Amino acid sequence: MSDQKKKKLTPVQQEYQAFARRSEPGRPVLLNSVRAFLAGGVICLLGQFVQDFFLWNFDFTEKTAGNPTVAVMILLSVILTVSGVYDHIAQWAGAGTAVPVTGFANSIASAALEHRTEGFVLGVGGNMFKLAGSVIAFGVFAAFAVALARTLLARLGGS
Amino acid sequence: MLRGHQTWVFDKGPVITAAAAVGGPFEAKGPLAEDFDLLHGDLWVGKDSFEKAERKMLEEACETAVRKAGLQKQDIQFFLSGDLANQITASSFAARTLAVPYFGLYGACSTSMEGLTLGSLLVDKEAARYVLCATSSHNPATEKQYRYPTEYGAQRPPTAQWTVTGAGAAILAGAGEGPRVTGATIGRVVDMGVTDPYNMGAAMAPAAVDTITAHFRDLGLSGRDYDLIATGDLGRVGHRIAAGLLAEHGLAIPPEIFTDCGILIYGPEQKTVMAGGSGCACSAAVTYGHIMNRMKKGELNKVLIVATGALLSPLSYQQKESIPCIAHAVALENRQ
Repeated sequence: MSDQKKKKLTPVQQEYQAFARRSEPGRPVLLNSVRAFLAGGVICLLGQFVQDFFLWNFDFTEKTAGNPTVAVMILLSVILTVSGVYDHIAQWAGAGTAVPVTGFANSIASAALEHRTEGFVLGVGGNMFKLAGSVIAFGVFAAFAVALARTLLARLGGS
Repeated sequence: MLRGHQTWVFDKGPVITAAAAVGGPFEAKGPLAEDFDLLHGDLWVGKDSFEKAERKMLEEACETAVRKAGLQKQDIQFFLSGDLANQITASSFAARTLAVPYFGLYGACSTSMEGLTLGSLLVDKEAARYVLCATSSHNPATEKQYRYPTEYGAQRPPTAQWTVTGAGAAILAGAGEGPRVTGATIGRVVDMGVTDPYNMGAAMAPAAVDTITAHFRDLGLSGRDYDLIATGDLGRVGHRIAAGLLAEHGLAIPPEIFTDCGILIYGPEQKTVMAGGSGCACSAAVTYGHIMNRMKKGELNKVLIVATGALLSPLSYQQKESIPCIAHAVALENRQ
């Protein structure tokens, strides 16, 4: 916990939280990191196979093969989500399944599924970006900020 | 009647003449499966939404309890119910079906004993002949509201708990066969500044300890006066903390009689529950199923149920508020 947060707590609360922490099982950070590394690596390896498949069998370049590869990975993730498997894999893999594009697809598909009972417009449409929305918002903003910085630097360097 | 600071002693001792527990597929795989009146193999219970499924389970628990008591719905004066859904819709919609005068309660997972306490007061004061107390929770419906979509791949830490899918209901009457409600201690809201909704056990343990301490103080009892003291849904983590806190206060309860409904309801092989069960139905189903059955068999004669509730909302959590918690204790006794 940050010091900022701790300051707001009374001494009794601080004492209790220190007491409680001794009874709590710690998060297996090292094991989680190893699992995330392995699972994330396996997903990327799979993506590499898909990309090579498109490169070898169709008229794609390394650059243009990216789009169909991502589409296949998204499709796989959505199929695993709707069949109720993805969340179980994610419990094991942690960030390994959350960080790649499959995790992004899972966040959209799971939210869409969850709100199906509230109808297509207000339910599925209104909620499918509930989790992914902030990724998109800050992703777009980050891209804008980076592009702006790059342009400015290029201008300064060029003059 | 009022004893000490916050405890009621019921002079007549309202009788739980019938109780019913309904569970979902995951509860059916647990060690207490035998103690449920009705188990569903399907989370949807044949309905088209989880919310409707929860309501159906609550209705089934109520109907089963009414039937087991040998009553008709019209015989019930008041229906006291609450749940975790937004605006307690499961309870209110079930009340619509039952068509019985209704009090809607919200005490999060402490609602089971909040209802039983108030119901006992009504019966003890002859404000009602028969009262029906019930509560329910539904795992995916609750997850959806409080956390993430069911199929979302978020990793749950080892302190997380699993919301019980099910419902529990009890009929209180002035006289009859069954365990009596002899007393109840109404809890204060306790907030120890815990903010992690994946660590409800640590958030709720101080509230449970506060209520147990008050109960012992008001009635001049100790842990040894009961055959069993069960907290509602502290889980393994919260239970360990509560036991430690009680020991520090010099009120240690012998470990063989101190347990938690959230630990009892699932087996060690059900790893996905992490620290244990939670939700309104956790204490309700375990008390009205398992513990009631053990009392009827005479294995237990004096039991204290301490239902714990975390009074947070998704909004309060997002606004970085800590988690205020409460616990209500009800004493049950086999006596004529």
